[in-house]
Amino acid sequence: MDAVGILPLDVVGWLVQFWVALGVGGLALQRTPRLINRVIFPLSALTSLLLALTGLWALAAAPNVMVLPLGLPDLPFHLRLDPLSAFFLILLGGASMGVSLYSAGYFKAMAGGTLGLVCLEYHLFLVGMALVLLADDAYMFMVAWETMALSSYFLVTTDHNIPDIRKAGYLYLLIAHVGAIAILLSFGVMQGGNGIAAYTFDAMRAAHLSSFWSSVAFLLALFGFGAKAGVVPLHVWLPEAHPAAPSPVSALMSGVMLKTAIYGILRVTFDLLGTQLWWWGVLALALGLITAVFGVMFAAVQGDMKRLLAYSSIENIGLLLVGIGLTIIFHVYGKNALAALSLTATLYHSLNHAFFKSLLFIGTGSILHATGERNMGRLGGLIHHMPWAAVLMLVGVLAIAGLPPLNGFVSEWLLLQAFLLSPGLPNSYINMLVPVAAAVIALAAALAAYVMVKFYGVIFLGQPREKALEHAHDADLWERSGMIWLALACVALGLAPVFVVQQIDLVSHALIGSGLGNAATNWVFLAPVDTERASYSPLYFLLAVLGVMLLTTVLVRRLYHGRLRRSAAWDCGFPAQTARMQDTAEGFGQPIRRIFEPFFKIEREVPSPFDTHPRYHGQTEDRLWYILYLPIKLLTEKLSSLASLLQHGRIHLYLAYTFVTLVVLLVFV
Amino acid sequence: MEYLNLILAILFQLAQLLLVVLLAPLLTGWVNQCQAWLQNRSGPGVLQPYRVLRKLFLKDAVIAHNASPLFRVTPYIVFGCMWLAAAIIPIIAVDLPFSQAADVIALVGVFAVARVFLALAAMDIGTAFGSLGARREMLVSFLAEPALLMVFFTASMISHSTQLPRIVDALAHHQFMLYPSLAFAALAFVIVLLAENARIPVDNPSTHLELTMIHEAMILEYSARHLALIEWASSLKLFAYISIGIALFLPQGIIEAGNWAGMPLAIALLLLKLLAAGAGLAVFEAISAKLRIFRAPEFLGTAFLLAVLGLLIHFLLGA
Repeated sequence: MDAVGILPLDVVGWLVQFWVALGVGGLALQRTPRLINRVIFPLSALTSLLLALTGLWALAAAPNVMVLPLGLPDLPFHLRLDPLSAFFLILLGGASMGVSLYSAGYFKAMAGGTLGLVCLEYHLFLVGMALVLLADDAYMFMVAWETMALSSYFLVTTDHNIPDIRKAGYLYLLIAHVGAIAILLSFGVMQGGNGIAAYTFDAMRAAHLSSFWSSVAFLLALFGFGAKAGVVPLHVWLPEAHPAAPSPVSALMSGVMLKTAIYGILRVTFDLLGTQLWWWGVLALALGLITAVFGVMFAAVQGDMKRLLAYSSIENIGLLLVGIGLTIIFHVYGKNALAALSLTATLYHSLNHAFFKSLLFIGTGSILHATGERNMGRLGGLIHHMPWAAVLMLVGVLAIAGLPPLNGFVSEWLLLQAFLLSPGLPNSYINMLVPVAAAVIALAAALAAYVMVKFYGVIFLGQPREKALEHAHDADLWERSGMIWLALACVALGLAPVFVVQQIDLVSHALIGSGLGNAATNWVFLAPVDTERASYSPLYFLLAVLGVMLLTTVLVRRLYHGRLRRSAAWDCGFPAQTARMQDTAEGFGQPIRRIFEPFFKIEREVPSPFDTHPRYHGQTEDRLWYILYLPIKLLTEKLSSLASLLQHGRIHLYLAYTFVTLVVLLVFV
Repeated sequence: MEYLNLILAILFQLAQLLLVVLLAPLLTGWVNQCQAWLQNRSGPGVLQPYRVLRKLFLKDAVIAHNASPLFRVTPYIVFGCMWLAAAIIPIIAVDLPFSQAADVIALVGVFAVARVFLALAAMDIGTAFGSLGARREMLVSFLAEPALLMVFFTASMISHSTQLPRIVDALAHHQFMLYPSLAFAALAFVIVLLAENARIPVDNPSTHLELTMIHEAMILEYSARHLALIEWASSLKLFAYISIGIALFLPQGIIEAGNWAGMPLAIALLLLKLLAAGAGLAVFEAISAKLRIFRAPEFLGTAFLLAVLGLLIHFLLGA
């Protein structure tokens, strides 16, 4: 290909332009919504696939750069496609392929006008994310970042006639912009006051900041990107915005957009800032641990399925941040093989989360369409009415619960290996922190399994809790194909870890100068250091379990019989049982609520035994909202009311202000 | 010689696969028999679990009208996972080729797969007891699983490997010293073993008192061959856990790679260890009382803390 002179970046450029064209086309076709669904979205999915393939190609290629004749006079748009960008482009392409296929079916009931707009915003969102990954100067980055933020804001508020959704959108917009300001300031620090041309990333790479200023830049970046990623305590928008958005949009936001923040942290820390300090790593590690446990704890007590998934995303972002923190620590202390291991775990988990979280979010979309219900307490037994969705989501659930041989387990395994190999750091305090951190990770992972059993069990298993669920219909062909793509990706990422790790190695080499390699000589065994130390082979694992199961089935049937009778459920002989007696989402989360009680703000209304119309009401809320956000809100209101003292709307008063200002200035000058 | 050893190792792996699946109910029978003796009963004999399994396999399976396919595959998945888990733990020899494919973290993963499927199947029928059991099982496990992982971590740190055969090799054959960190880990492990195998004080394997049961509540809807597989899997699980205990804390006597001549002695030692462990379990159960369900997290929290403490001690003392 190089002979013809085509570079991966050119191809990515064409694909991005094609996305813009598809978005505009969608707006133009708003009178024929059928065409948007049947042509635009499938084409978009194809573009995503091509983007992912181009990313795969670019991983192995040398970095490409391009300067566009657009942008500011002294600062044209710089684009760069290096292995890190390429990796995240694969993530974007792979996940959005499934989501776009799904969208072709999901949006079919939407009115043409809204659909045209959604189509435009959806594609601008994709374009924004792609450009964030390609940007090679601060201006381009911010433009792309804002495109991403604004288009996703409009997507979140698609159903803007519902007040709660407007509120959620506002909160999202607010926190996104607080974060964007921090990112901009971080770029400002990194360019070091050297004029506008120094806003290119190349100039930032070349600049040598003092450790104080690079720490400031890192902290600002961590804050800014953390706000986008949902790091505690900047997570509040996530559980509001994700349920508000249409499901494919939630999938993209959770699966892909959060990863652009991870990309940003990696880009700033390892690429733009030349040197790192060890305490950055400790800070990221600590924040990550808090975020992970916080996320999974709250996920366990949610009753709304999309909120539950949003909190689970917070948990996963926490795990990713832990991986980044470990990478920084190892990198600072010159343990390059270990840094590569934890970076590999981080990137692998980013990829995994993009696929299984998108799968679960679009799955909730199908449930929402089939039942009109987001509250898990009104669902149940859907496995009988939606077998396709049930099977495909089971894959996602098992993957996110970190069970072998699926993909979630691989990245968890790699992360735990990184912890296990960590002794021998020169700083004894960090050495002490590491086992505790590993314990917290293990706890979060085990709780994630709890959450996922609850999620799947309450929605799909048991008896339907409402009459209307009898008429639930399965996902249609388009929705199904999107889900199949994502589920297959989860299985493939789980079964072929060696291939994935080899690709990620290219990123690690580019970013921190060393890769993981694979100590085992064959592609079946994943062995990060050497086979004596640790190895894992999902393929053999799967074959062995399947083999043993098959053998058992054959033996049991052969030696005995396959007779089966159906009858009413036994339930300890209790005859009068109804669907209402099953655990609701609340009931299933009750032990967690009880164990971690101090962390929740719980409001409960329990009926007395004499109530003729007993009503139970329970709500579990986030304490941080009351401790942190409401005071800030009150302070802002107070300050603005103080400022309004100056405003009276009388012209002579304003003239007096001008006069006083003038006099004061004259005195000073 | 290389090839011969590999073939022998594979044969041995298959032999252990067969051995554990056949012997596991015997261990359960032994524990039950010990309990009977401690309670001044004569007991049904150590072969009783086999008779129960045979009876269950011969019966017609009865399942609820609304049972989904998930409900029917789960017993096979659980059985397969437990069988595999028990087969890759070195208890006689460290030559187990398959344990390369699944190290200790994956072993914890295998247990998790079985548990998650069992909990999902328990919720499948939609009875009050099923979801109660699933919820409690997940409650117990979310504390027990990290504790188990920490126990493994301590052993891995000492032996610089997460492969069970390597761990056993290091502990049994290369370094003869006492590890204080392993003592803490052993305590934590005993608690995890009790909790994960539905023993007193966390659960009671012989209870059918509705409100206190955990494991039994989950499998309430199963009958005949499905129940038989689950019961067998429970035996295998107990066997696997006791094997892990032997491999980590009493590895002496497990033969080195290629030393096939030492096999008879190793098997004799293993039988002794199993007998002792089973009797110990029965004694422990006889002298303790069942905890209220919300005391169980505290009990397991202790295990978790002990395990983390063991790991910290390893970091502090390097032993």
